[in-house]
Amino acid sequence: MIKERHLNMALIVVCVVIPVWAHLADEPFIITLMTRAAIFALAAVGLNIALGLGGLVSLGHAAFFGLGGYAMGISAFHAQTFTPVAEWPFLIEGTKSMPAIWLISVAVSAFAATIVGILSLRTSGVYFIMITLAFGQMFFYFSISWPTYGGEDGLSVYVRNGFPGLNTLDPIQFFMICFAILVAALALASRLARSPFGLALNAARQAPQRVETVGLDPNRLKLVAFVISGAMTGLAGALFADLNRFVSPAMFSWQLSGEIMVFVIIGGVGRLFGPVAGALVFVTLEHLLGGFSEFWHVHLGVLLLLVVLFGRGGLIGMICGREGSHD
Amino acid sequence: MTEAVLATHAISKNFGALKASDNISIDLRPNEIHAIIGPNGAGKSTLIAQICGTLKPCAGNVELLGRDVTKESARDRVRAGLGRTFQISALAMEDTVLQNAMLGALGASGRPWRFFGPALRDNELRDAAECALLRVGLEDFMRVRTAELSHGQRRQLEVAVSLTLNPRVFVMDEPMAGLGSEGSKRLTGFLDALRHEAPILLVEHDMDAVFALADRISVLVYGRIIATGSGNDIRANPEVQEAYLGDEA
Ligand SMILES: Nc1ncnc2c1ncn2[C@@H]1O[C@H](COP(=O)(O)OP(=O)(O)OP(=O)(O)O)[C@@H](O)[C@H]1O
Ligand SMILES: [Mg+2]
Repeated sequence: MIKERHLNMALIVVCVVIPVWAHLADEPFIITLMTRAAIFALAAVGLNIALGLGGLVSLGHAAFFGLGGYAMGISAFHAQTFTPVAEWPFLIEGTKSMPAIWLISVAVSAFAATIVGILSLRTSGVYFIMITLAFGQMFFYFSISWPTYGGEDGLSVYVRNGFPGLNTLDPIQFFMICFAILVAALALASRLARSPFGLALNAARQAPQRVETVGLDPNRLKLVAFVISGAMTGLAGALFADLNRFVSPAMFSWQLSGEIMVFVIIGGVGRLFGPVAGALVFVTLEHLLGGFSEFWHVHLGVLLLLVVLFGRGGLIGMICGREGSHD
Repeated sequence: MTEAVLATHAISKNFGALKASDNISIDLRPNEIHAIIGPNGAGKSTLIAQICGTLKPCAGNVELLGRDVTKESARDRVRAGLGRTFQISALAMEDTVLQNAMLGALGASGRPWRFFGPALRDNELRDAAECALLRVGLEDFMRVRTAELSHGQRRQLEVAVSLTLNPRVFVMDEPMAGLGSEGSKRLTGFLDALRHEAPILLVEHDMDAVFALADRISVLVYGRIIATGSGNDIRANPEVQEAYLGDEA
């Protein structure tokens, strides 16, 4: 068995080497694919905090992905049309600056995750899945029926947003931005899992009654995990919108929620690099099989089935065995 | 009579037509072990759940350290000083023994909102956890996953977690179950000394342990307390013999 640490390093190397090679070989499309994988991985690292650590099976994470996307789209839309986002109670201008847009996306999705979390955590099990799904759909229909921001057609952003000192239109530079954020998110998730908060959250997933018996509130722990999770997925949404220079209600779709969950499950629920492995596999299959048939999702479904049936720790679990204790 | 640290005043609980608790009034005094015995399904765990706040009684009050806590949540009662062990272990099975004990210490510290430094490097939490594990005799199993412990060891871990809380009252539901005679003897000795740290309300099936430890014994049958008294009183009580001890002899 390979040590999980080594596999993680290998995944990081793959994420760097392929885009650098593609850059040297002048294959911008490959860089774009890898950027897509990094962004999906970021969204899934976010979901994995709720799902893997908190045991919260959220089928509504596209809501946060979409909110992050629209936060970018709306900010940029107002900046490129020179109209304010709001004039009351105070003037809010649009912006084309990535760091500002990231902050907005994180704030908006964290706020939404707080509301969705408070309401959904009153339930558990299948009901939790259903209610998060319902919230996701609510955002989806809301985005369709809001003509100011394109309704069903979505919003196009003509020039990618800027980052001080970098040329974001250069694929490799934009990839590096996304990759750096992914690495930061992984570092955060890893520290979170080992922290006192992570210890309590881990126990709240496995034995909520125990957590209560030591005087802590399992649902409050889960809510905080859900908010951090939603914020991270929201940030991924902002990057995804920038990658495509386009946002549409599809970002809110339940299929997307399902895909983010598939990344986590294929890679390994609760495994730090599970989302990275899952997103890489997904994007690779999408690219290789998507050309052959429209029904490439069937192959993905078969893979998912195999992983669920034979490897309970996902691909990482199949390769590295059961998780060692965090020490 | 010294003031009770824990008391129930005429609590009743019905599950449909079943009277699981029928007008139960018991109390626990300082430095005391008060054992509750009774046949399977008598309502012992149900009584514990009401004392700890995970079940609401249909009628009556629960008093903890001189305060009526009937309306307070289980968590509030823990913070007020109630340490509980479960009959069916409620532990984080994927975590190590040490992590489970540290969770107790974390709860006692009241500061779970720390997102960065590794918990295992927090010396305060770690010392409290290791100390509790040492006391119950699990020091050689700290790095073992809880799922790999034997039944009896899980009960010991339950006790260790409650120790990390430094409670003012212990409520233990069958801590000896599955321990084997060697383990029960050891835990019996341990509880004997523990009563001076905080009194113990002890539900237990192991009669040797009960008679060795208990200052007072209450017998619960079909949701009702039919007798309370010293070990000798209980042994001599004809009603108890008929209802309970009789079928064991
Ligand atoms: N949530 C519940 N709903 C309905 N009935 C219940 C519930 N909990 C317990 N009971 C019933 O109440 C009675 C008392 O159960 P309890 O678990 O308190 O008994 P016990 O004295 O702890 O038994 P044991 O010695 O087996 O642990 C039993 O008949 C049980 O089936
Ligand atoms: Mg019981």
